[in-house]
Amino acid sequence: MPLTTHLVHQYLRHDKKFPHVWCPGCGNGIALGALIRSIHHLGYNRDDIVLVSGIGCSSRMPVYVDFNTLHTVHGRALTFATGIKLARPHLKVIVIMGDGDAMAIGGNHLIHAARRNLNLTAIIMNNNIYGMTGGQHSPTTPYGMRSTTSPYNHIERAFNISELIVTAGAGFVARGTVYHAEMLHVLIEKAIQKPGFSLVEIITHCHIQYGKLNQKGTHIDMMKWQKDHAVTVEKAQKMTIEELKDKFTIGVITDQNLPIYYDEYEKVKQRAQLSEK
Amino acid sequence: MTQKAKMPTKNDTSKPILIHGNQAIVEGALAAGCRFFAGYPITPATEIAESMAVRLPKLDGTFIQMEDEIASLGAVVGASLSGLKAMTATSGPGFSLMQEILGFAYMTEVPCVLVNVMRGGPSTGLPTHPSQADVMQARWGTHGNHTSIVLAVSSVADCFSITVTAFNLAEKFRTPVIILSDEVIAHTRERFIRPAAESLEIINRVKPAVPPEWYIPYEDTVRGVPPMAAFGDGYRYHVTGLVHDMHGFPTENQDEIRAFYKRMGRKISHYAAEIQMVNNFYTDDADITIIAYGSVARSALQATETAREKGFKVGLLQLITLFPFPCRHVENVLHKSKAVIVPEMNFGQISQEVKRVNSRQCPIIRLNRYDGNLITPDEIFEKIHEVL
Repeated sequence: MPLTTHLVHQYLRHDKKFPHVWCPGCGNGIALGALIRSIHHLGYNRDDIVLVSGIGCSSRMPVYVDFNTLHTVHGRALTFATGIKLARPHLKVIVIMGDGDAMAIGGNHLIHAARRNLNLTAIIMNNNIYGMTGGQHSPTTPYGMRSTTSPYNHIERAFNISELIVTAGAGFVARGTVYHAEMLHVLIEKAIQKPGFSLVEIITHCHIQYGKLNQKGTHIDMMKWQKDHAVTVEKAQKMTIEELKDKFTIGVITDQNLPIYYDEYEKVKQRAQLSEK
Repeated sequence: MTQKAKMPTKNDTSKPILIHGNQAIVEGALAAGCRFFAGYPITPATEIAESMAVRLPKLDGTFIQMEDEIASLGAVVGASLSGLKAMTATSGPGFSLMQEILGFAYMTEVPCVLVNVMRGGPSTGLPTHPSQADVMQARWGTHGNHTSIVLAVSSVADCFSITVTAFNLAEKFRTPVIILSDEVIAHTRERFIRPAAESLEIINRVKPAVPPEWYIPYEDTVRGVPPMAAFGDGYRYHVTGLVHDMHGFPTENQDEIRAFYKRMGRKISHYAAEIQMVNNFYTDDADITIIAYGSVARSALQATETAREKGFKVGLLQLITLFPFPCRHVENVLHKSKAVIVPEMNFGQISQEVKRVNSRQCPIIRLNRYDGNLITPDEIFEKIHEVL
């Protein structure tokens, strides 16, 4: 039996009514595949995984997989994840968000989760657009691009998600693409294993909304764009600013050990209980 | 060598202590088994968070100050889904921010307790003054069809016991329960004797008794309340704010949608009688009955007693449960009384509910104050005098 079939049998829900909500050619399935491969490779018990999401196309991911799954409200998935992790620290809590979900309505929660450094893994599917609501601009829509709410071209500059979260104080930040699928599960695996807050930004495509509005071609064309514009962090270090002009880096962007919220709170408990005696 | 007299501490159950309403809510929550609190500073509710920050780590519980009130209720729902009794506390502006996740908690049937220490509003309003203007927001604040349990406290003793009750109802019915306090009760210090732990009835959520493969997370049970597994218990299931079928998966099937909403209504409405709590003071033979709740009920009781001393047949129906609205108790006094007075620190929110159930055309007289001050016993007595 090929590995994929085995993983489908083991991790997808048999009682869930398929088909899924994603458009043909969407990158969400590739990301879900990478997530499942990483969890499988790490050998975690499914009972110990909690997959939390917000609202949007990518946030429909949890419903299909046989973990503890929580589909919350728009932008606030990390807040629910915080409560879960503090209540049951042994659980592996993974949070799936889109770029609108994580960066616009949920931007505040994201930077605070990064700063707080609780043991959570955030995965942000960045397709530069609001897909589910029909192609409105998001905080990562590039300047000059078109969306249904910027019909005369977008006049705001985009957030760089990974750099923002490095600045917010996260211990681990990585970026991948759905084109580099084999690299993706390695990055997710590292992120899940990393103590503290970890983020994986996944560059993906919405050929149905963003692609059509901006003449970016099919999903295949858009994945080729990912291939042509992604440079590994290691390779980027040897390139000039001029050469990196329209490129983005993929790989591990930051990896550092910082005090972890849960460990620190254990010390708080000890201090509080000592003061009682 | 002199030895200091031993001061009563919060841990002595038998000795009286002097605490304010916000502290009593914390004591009640901890006695009920609350072990998770997430909150954000806001006047006049902040002392609840401060006390929780001191007390919870001693009990191996968790306190966290989140980045806003939205995040606070999100964390509370997450902790409750993971098996802990959890609570947050806020005031008007924070309560407004919490409405969306409150709706999520109704939709996904997550037990939790939300305290709103009411202050004047809308907007920043009167942060250090009392109000009762969030009553209808507590009932209808979040969008969509939902039933709510809303309880009002009127004393330090209430703050303790009603908080215990709120947790019990939340756990029993798998629903958020809202406690409405106000600035007066929050900051009034009163003598309080903490009841012995053994004397308290504590209810915990029903967990599934079947193996994981048989578990139906949103099953239509006899009571309408499905057993609740915690994340990590081995019952892997899906929780979503979308309307869902009994397996927890999103549905657009109209039969399933109808069944879902019916069960959500039934699980509260069929047990309304046990949820609807009131106190009757001299109502049996009262010609004039005051219907009051929260801090105003204290003024109303004093006015009632003054009136009785003067020989007037006046009674007080104190509402503890505001929603589900205690219709039967209110109808009872509407049938017996020649007039009903409803004093409130708002434009008249509960008086509208009283009018709604007034089938016998009993005169209903409102007494409203919205200048940031408590309605006094004298004001209520004057109104009684006018009506007589």
